[in-house]
Amino acid sequence: MTAIQIDRVEKSYKGFKALKGVSLSIEEGEFFGLLGPNGAGKTTLISTIAGLIRPDAGSVKIHGHDVVTDFREARKRLGVVPQELVFDPFFTVRETLRLQSGYFDIRNNDGWIDEVMHNLDLTDKADVNMRALSGGMKRRVLVAQALVHRPPVIVLDEPTAGVDVELRQTLWKFIARLNREGGHTVVLTTHYLEEAQAMCQRVAMLKQGNVVALDTMSTLLRRVSGSQLVVHLKSGTLPAELRPLVSHDEPNNGNNKYTLRVNDYADVEPILARLREAGAVIDEMQLQQADLEDIFIQIMEEGKQ
Amino acid sequence: MNLFSIGFRTLFYKESLRFWKVATQTVAAPVVTAMLYLVIFGHVLDGRVEMLEGVAYTSFLIPGLVMMSVLQNAFANSSSSLIQSKISGNLVFILLAPLSHAEILAAYVGAAVLRGIAVGAGVFAITAWFAHLTFVAPVWIVVFAILGAAILGTMGVIAGIWAEKFDQLAAFQNFLIMPATFLAGVFYSVQKLPPFWLAVSHFNPFFYMIDGFRYGFFGQSDVSPWTSLAIVSVFFAVLTAMAINLLKRGYKLRH
Repeated sequence: MTAIQIDRVEKSYKGFKALKGVSLSIEEGEFFGLLGPNGAGKTTLISTIAGLIRPDAGSVKIHGHDVVTDFREARKRLGVVPQELVFDPFFTVRETLRLQSGYFDIRNNDGWIDEVMHNLDLTDKADVNMRALSGGMKRRVLVAQALVHRPPVIVLDEPTAGVDVELRQTLWKFIARLNREGGHTVVLTTHYLEEAQAMCQRVAMLKQGNVVALDTMSTLLRRVSGSQLVVHLKSGTLPAELRPLVSHDEPNNGNNKYTLRVNDYADVEPILARLREAGAVIDEMQLQQADLEDIFIQIMEEGKQ
Repeated sequence: MNLFSIGFRTLFYKESLRFWKVATQTVAAPVVTAMLYLVIFGHVLDGRVEMLEGVAYTSFLIPGLVMMSVLQNAFANSSSSLIQSKISGNLVFILLAPLSHAEILAAYVGAAVLRGIAVGAGVFAITAWFAHLTFVAPVWIVVFAILGAAILGTMGVIAGIWAEKFDQLAAFQNFLIMPATFLAGVFYSVQKLPPFWLAVSHFNPFFYMIDGFRYGFFGQSDVSPWTSLAIVSVFFAVLTAMAINLLKRGYKLRH
């Protein structure tokens, strides 16, 4: 079943096109990443899914329910962690979570509220006023608020922006468990690409309001031509025929250290043989696998030249 | 709209709890302000002017002050809650919830009525010691108090949705609500006005709220309470339709 169906969504602000006909389909149970540089349209898209922004054209459906025309059914199925650190200063953590449950027509929800607080290390703060919490704790409450009604679809808009390692680990452990054991669909936007690489099964990359890449993580990782071989020469120089392999991103900066692009392990031995023939002696060597960041940079650079 | 839905009741409870948690500011302070009006105006004018036949000025003034407090505090509750939530960003929690437009409006207006009535009751309880009051038709007192508070609560919702900054809301309050309330006959009977201003007063819906409310105490009013009820009800229906329309369109809420 399709959890989120985004169909040719367009949105403009005073002449600026933030979304230019975005179409995406996210399946139930997926852990999906929505990536892109600042201003790419990620938050606009998330806000459209959440019903906070009305699209100029196109539609978004949550489990088949349109977020504009059938918003009540759509919102019941959606839990959103907003990017901004917002809170109501009149209430304690527990009051906040009870109120949020009530907005979703749920009464006597303390069992689940306690479990969510426990999993987000909030139990000690249950009766503390929201104003007295640190930024990281407020972020945890935001996550808890999005989960009080056990939504089948969870949308996290940069949930780990500016928070410490402990919260990141706690949060990802809990969200991964909800995804794995509860079958919750998770949509994540983040600037921490290593998080997206670790968590997401599929990724869409947005650039200037368009989807410029949409694939599984494994396919995307294969898309960038292989890896990088970093060699630090003790003596000798890099033979001329190997120079075309030097990465533009990390050229030799005078310390006889070279970063060479290789497709796979099979390319390593011929390079080493050529270095031996040229009389170069290797001091250190490292084979670095391409990661999501390399792919991200490559995709974002495409079209710039 | 389902007034028994947990969503509506939760938002109503939250909006009520919000003002109750700061009751010194939201309930006690307006009661003290109204009492000062009574002490000053009552002391200066009692025995010197007669607005209704056989009714002392202080007695005449008390229902006006009670209704003024009801109206102003009902407006303040919904408008300040909305603008604060908009500016601090926590309105998102309401916007993300599966609440219907009518449920949202009813919850904000319901809490506004509750605060308006709480302040009005407080003003009445304090000021009633200063004068002899009669209750000729208590049903009208209740009807106009609730309807007036609901109207101002709805106006507060509209103003809170429209305003983007606190000073815009203050302008709405200072240049619309305050003059309309003061010129509606809180401190005087409009019959004492020159013909032009008497005619102008009849275009002010606040006049009918206060006049109908005062009828419940003294059995005397500038216009029939039934006429007031009809005008006030139509005004309420128009404002409700406007507020629902703004919520449906997501005006300044959903961009």
